[in-house]
Amino acid sequence: MASDPDDSGLDEHGESPFAGARRPERTYDLPAHGVRIAVHEWGDADAPPLMLMHGGFDFARTFDGFAPKLADAGWRVVSWDQRGHGNSEHAPLYSWDGDLRDTLAVFDHVADGRPIPVVGHSKGGALMTQLADAQPHRFRCLVNMDGIPYKRNLPDVAEHERTTMLAKDLAGWLDHRRRTATASRKPGTLDDLARRRGRMNPRLPHEWLRRLVTTGGFESEDGWRWKIDPALRFGGFGPWRPEWMLMRLPGLPMPFLGILGAEMEEMGWGTPPRKVLPYMPLDGRCEVLDDVGHFVHIEQPELVSGIVLDFIGAPS
Amino acid sequence: MLRHNKIELALHLLRPEPLDASTSTRPLLLLHGLGDRSPSSVPNWCQPWPGPVAALDFTGHGDSTVPAGGGYSPELLMADVDQALAYLTDDDPDRSITVLGRGLGAYVALQIAGARAGQIHGAILLDGPGLAGGPTGPTSQSVFALDTDGRSPDPYALVELGRDLRPGDYAVSFVNLANAGAPTDTPITVASSFRPKWLAAVVEAPGVAEASLADALATYA
Repeated sequence: MASDPDDSGLDEHGESPFAGARRPERTYDLPAHGVRIAVHEWGDADAPPLMLMHGGFDFARTFDGFAPKLADAGWRVVSWDQRGHGNSEHAPLYSWDGDLRDTLAVFDHVADGRPIPVVGHSKGGALMTQLADAQPHRFRCLVNMDGIPYKRNLPDVAEHERTTMLAKDLAGWLDHRRRTATASRKPGTLDDLARRRGRMNPRLPHEWLRRLVTTGGFESEDGWRWKIDPALRFGGFGPWRPEWMLMRLPGLPMPFLGILGAEMEEMGWGTPPRKVLPYMPLDGRCEVLDDVGHFVHIEQPELVSGIVLDFIGAPS
Repeated sequence: MLRHNKIELALHLLRPEPLDASTSTRPLLLLHGLGDRSPSSVPNWCQPWPGPVAALDFTGHGDSTVPAGGGYSPELLMADVDQALAYLTDDDPDRSITVLGRGLGAYVALQIAGARAGQIHGAILLDGPGLAGGPTGPTSQSVFALDTDGRSPDPYALVELGRDLRPGDYAVSFVNLANAGAPTDTPITVASSFRPKWLAAVVEAPGVAEASLADALATYA
């Protein structure tokens, strides 16, 4: 598949432009205990740092629209690609422990143990909530954007049907693992990939999704592909239960802000806001945004950045 | 060596052919405990097995690759075993093997017995390092980094697989899967003396037998 006309209109960096989106001012690799992690920074390098963590199957450049708004308010906004995502190394193994370990390497590099504001979206919000519980001294405050798991969305079916469904999930996952040594992401045109992503993110504009392809994908002779490791697979199984994350919330000692989109989406946790409110920490609150989906910061960057900046206070 | 994603897995063919070459007996696959490695020859305690005997070094153990940066889970090791299963059955879904796991390997044997129920004739769960695993519910777990030098066993494997969550109902879900799909009435046999909570829950489930190792081997031969 050769380059096609939809590659036209890219900027001098080969990226599809989007109103308000801005490349990071600095990008570099950080060795994280044997795994190479790609770090992206917006704003003045000498400004106080603010950490920004993306969700699963996303990457740091998905903050191209949101991060500049925080940076323009005087913060050094630091985000990084989780292992296997974006420009970070395709690691041999993936797990929450691994993600948290990589995160600590970035925190140590940026803040050296000092408490700083932290913002996480989706899986990034859930990971940061776990880290805030385990190492609260690193957090000045925590903003969790639609990353509060509630429970597994299991259909109301009989036990034997559930067993059948689990059998299919497991067999599908193992079959996928058998293929991962030689697997690659499916190629397509720039617009093909944008449309595919659009099926998961139906509320996001096509022009934004094109930008995601050009910042989170790469082009080769047979077309565009996402950079994310083909070994990674959406969904999963295991002993961990989403509601266990909810149990960590009430005990968080730092100021906490949850921002939830009221519209349920496939990539979201399906968490009903009314189920979360009883679990707010002593110094916590939750904002529920009507008619906004899982990607609150992309759908409403002006509104959400305003809420976040108001919550975290002036850079210091 | 077998390839599992970015890992080279060492599968040791301890006894490539059945004891009686004129018979066709399914293979026995040995799964070692946490921090251990495969034996170099057929152990005395499974000499009676009439068929081929193989042993797998899990990721980060023995002669298998020690990856950088950790990220272990028993489910990943289950996928290691699945690669060995494909090899030992020539990728034929109608052929089956028996697995015998010690310690952590017992937990992984249970998982593969559920996940590939049609191809696991029997799973024998035996005492060994890492049998207990971690908590059965949420705890305030530490986040850590370790110095590693690429030697096995991987220190990340020792810590991460020594504290993995093992709720009893999660373990039992693999029993249910095995019962639903296995060719035998009792696809899982517990031959261990020690019964941590997850294993105590497994023993109570239908379709799970308790037997000595010798009897279990005789049953699945």
